[in-house]
Amino acid sequence: MMTRKKRRLWLLVTCGIGVGSAVALTLAAFSSSLTYFLAPAQVVAKAPAPGDLFRLGGIVQAGSVSKTVTEGQLLTTFRVTDGRASIPVTYTGVLPDLFREGQGVVTIGSMAPGDHDFIAQEVLAKHGADYMPKAVEQALRESGKWNPKFGPPPPASTWNDMTVKKANG
Amino acid sequence: MSDIQAMPAPRGAGFNLHKFANPGRFLRIFSPILPWLAVFAVVVCVVGIVWGFVFAPADWQQGDASRIMYVHVPAAWVAMNGYAALAICSFISLVWRHPLADLAAMEIGPVGAAFTAMCLVSGALWGKPEWGAYWVWDARLTSVLVLFFLYLGHIALIRAFDNQQHGYRAAAILALVGAINLPIIVFSVQWWNTLHQGNSISLTGPSKIYITMLWPLLITTIGFYLAFAALVVARLCSAIMETRTRALLFAQAERS
Repeated sequence: MMTRKKRRLWLLVTCGIGVGSAVALTLAAFSSSLTYFLAPAQVVAKAPAPGDLFRLGGIVQAGSVSKTVTEGQLLTTFRVTDGRASIPVTYTGVLPDLFREGQGVVTIGSMAPGDHDFIAQEVLAKHGADYMPKAVEQALRESGKWNPKFGPPPPASTWNDMTVKKANG
Repeated sequence: MSDIQAMPAPRGAGFNLHKFANPGRFLRIFSPILPWLAVFAVVVCVVGIVWGFVFAPADWQQGDASRIMYVHVPAAWVAMNGYAALAICSFISLVWRHPLADLAAMEIGPVGAAFTAMCLVSGALWGKPEWGAYWVWDARLTSVLVLFFLYLGHIALIRAFDNQQHGYRAAAILALVGAINLPIIVFSVQWWNTLHQGNSISLTGPSKIYITMLWPLLITTIGFYLAFAALVVARLCSAIMETRTRALLFAQAERS
């Protein structure tokens, strides 16, 4: 014989499992549209049709950035890479402050018809999860452990409590 | 004698936590602590914020804007764990019909919504200089916005019925269904590509925040949790007294 409290408890647990699995299945089914951006490898594997708007995200490839000013407008070309594939991007306009080689970016635009260039209408900077003072970044750079041009910093356990001299620049 | 021995042991004999759940006892224990709790919360918050905004080093790349972290991150944690507390109270309220859990659910709602709003606003102000946008519809930002709406829905629903008991039941069901959003918020940055960064601090791995920036973050986190607790306890104490006063007035009106 179940008490009323016990019956309510089991009813709630059963409903919880039911709702939980329903939501899990829905999220799994819609996971492609929940993704904010496509990585270059995904774009190469299954390129969206030219003219279709999508977001392309990855790291700005080292040595690929070139800026030219035409008719007072800043034209930037760079390559976005995820380590497996890289896609050339053209963008006209003001870049976010954090934009640099080795930085994560998310660009919104479409593939140009004919070639494999991505024409960006908007460029957003994607910051990593790492936070360090300038002195630590300098120390890592000087010891050759990290050059921000080539992507995210080394594993956090190697620097998150390293001792650094008070650097003056 | 044998009849008495056959009776079940009185409740609370082995289950000590239960006695704190009595509204009267809650009031007796917490109303003297409340001023101290409030002062302590303010002191810890001020120490953490001043440490973070004045003394901690700025991020090498983001500069001073990275200091928004000391408000944004604790607010987000309190918003999520506040909702978890709301869901636990709702569970207790539905299963055991506990009056203190009902009142707690009612009082957690507005405080949790305020912390969620703080998280969203500070995040937008941080996003503009760093990402280049106040708002994007990625999985992390959207799921936190859903959390905010769940709080607002709960606040409205629990007060929407003439029969207060119906309000408690309906709002508790909403809170429990909405709890599914919590793991989605936490894991959104791992399951899907997002513009929002991944977790800097995890229970399993090393922290990705340099130690001198991590300390003030931990202090502000403790401060925000204390502030949340102080606000909820203060609201709860006045809600208990309000309920009592109303009951006394009703009794008096019936007698006369």
